Amino acid sequence: MSANLLTLDGVTKRFRGLTAVDNVSFAVPQGGILGLIGPNGAGKTTLFNLIAGVFRPDSGSITLGERDITGMSPHHACNVGIGRTFQLVRPFGALSVLQNVMVGAFHRGADPATAERYAHTILERLALADKAAQPAASLTLPERKRLEVARALATGPRLLLLDEVMAGLRPTEIDTMVRTFEALVHETGLTILLTEHVMRAVMALSHQIVVLHHGQKICEGPPETVARDAKVIECYLGSGA
Amino acid sequence: MTGELDRRRLVALVAFVFVLAVLPFFLADYFLSVLIVFLVAAYLGQSWNIMMGFAGQLSIGHALYYGLGAYVAAALYVHWGVLPWFGMIAGAVVAGAAGAGIAALSFRFGVTGVYFALLTIAFNEFTHILFNHFSWVGGSAGLFLPVVNLAHNDFVHLRGSPAMFYYLLLAMVLGALGLSRFLLRRRIGYYWLAIREDPEAAASLGIDVFRGKLAAMTLSASLTAIAGSVMAFYDNNLYPDTIFTTARSVEIITAPIIGGIGTLMGPIVGALVLTVLGEAMTTVNASLGIAGLKQFFYSGALVLIVLVQPSGLWPWLKRQLRL
Repeated sequence: MSANLLTLDGVTKRFRGLTAVDNVSFAVPQGGILGLIGPNGAGKTTLFNLIAGVFRPDSGSITLGERDITGMSPHHACNVGIGRTFQLVRPFGALSVLQNVMVGAFHRGADPATAERYAHTILERLALADKAAQPAASLTLPERKRLEVARALATGPRLLLLDEVMAGLRPTEIDTMVRTFEALVHETGLTILLTEHVMRAVMALSHQIVVLHHGQKICEGPPETVARDAKVIECYLGSGA
Repeated sequence: MTGELDRRRLVALVAFVFVLAVLPFFLADYFLSVLIVFLVAAYLGQSWNIMMGFAGQLSIGHALYYGLGAYVAAALYVHWGVLPWFGMIAGAVVAGAAGAGIAALSFRFGVTGVYFALLTIAFNEFTHILFNHFSWVGGSAGLFLPVVNLAHNDFVHLRGSPAMFYYLLLAMVLGALGLSRFLLRRRIGYYWLAIREDPEAAASLGIDVFRGKLAAMTLSASLTAIAGSVMAFYDNNLYPDTIFTTARSVEIITAPIIGGIGTLMGPIVGALVLTVLGEAMTTVNASLGIAGLKQFFYSGALVLIVLVQPSGLWPWLKRQLRL
């Protein structure tokens, strides 16, 4: 097994009285896809924000490769190789789809022509090429989710954090996205950490799944094991799943 | 398609500049002074637009940078005979440093939005009071540049006719237009727009939001100061009470708001409309002789424009002209 790219060790975050993330530890191997699931309010997005540097953990450490990135600011987190999407999408509405992705692509170099070419290849990959000239504000929600992914990918991350990018997609679109991510991981060695409520996607994509409940890790393992776990079924999947 | 559009835009711009370039030959001195007011408003609007229109940071204290540019260049000239061009550079550096300082102080402590806008007003007011008691530059009694009547224009010492200032200001407006267009196509321009649209998303893409805002503020302040220096040599007198006023700061932001914040032509179009409107109101007012009527109609027209075209006149005009 290859080395771990991302390692969380005893990460805890409290908001006033509420412990949103409670002593969570797990690791994502280089080139791996880890699915983070759990009911609403389980702490998934908070955990993402801790990794991406939006919040600083109250205790515990986060390591990317050999580097301690605990409490690093968001733009530094991007500099060390973390790309992220936002669950409530945040496109640059007044900019075109292409310009949105170019903002990300500029992270790789200051030349506008190079950034534009690279942005185009990313748009092709996420099936947004025909929308390149449109203002981002005119996109549908599933398209905006893809734009979030495109923009983050354009920065050239080692670790991509996907926060519910499949929500609102039709089953065939989900399958297309799953294939896109699988191809990315296979071809570029990208590592992915995703949260998702769409089980079809999580089960198909994830090599490993971590289940959060009330901020605590209650289960970890390969998809088939997690799907049969009694605690997981009780608090999240339900008996029908 | 784009080539055709670019050609149409270029033709329109060249025609506009041509008209402005030949206008002084056909106009009386009074109208030339009105056009100077227009060009100054356009240039100041362009400078402010870099900060608000591109980087999304609202400053209502730009009179400060205008005043610093004016006072630094004028004082250096009056006291030590420093050429206005060097004074202009010194003014731009001082104003840029002041802008950077205010931005660093505000953004480091998370002062943004309306609170930042209030802070920019406050700094202008401090400076106003400071200059009223700053005897080296004349205090509240004012600072005066020696007026010399020359047979010809002295461009080196910026002593000359309104026409000389008119062409200098026209060149500055075109320069600011070119600079704005250039910056918007570079990485820094993209970063500014990203910061304006969503600072958090911008940070997630590796953009140092603090530095981006700081750069916008420094550049905007420096450019604003250059207009102050030039106008000091045009007006030949400086009083803190007329230079460092929030009324001036508001004047600076009105043209780009009317013309279209964040657009390249917005500040120019807005300044043109405001100047023409102001002159028309003055004429109407003079024939009716009712005090305050000008302000009444002027504000009414502004409210109407903002209601009908909230994103400014230029985006609308651009569609009409298919540019």
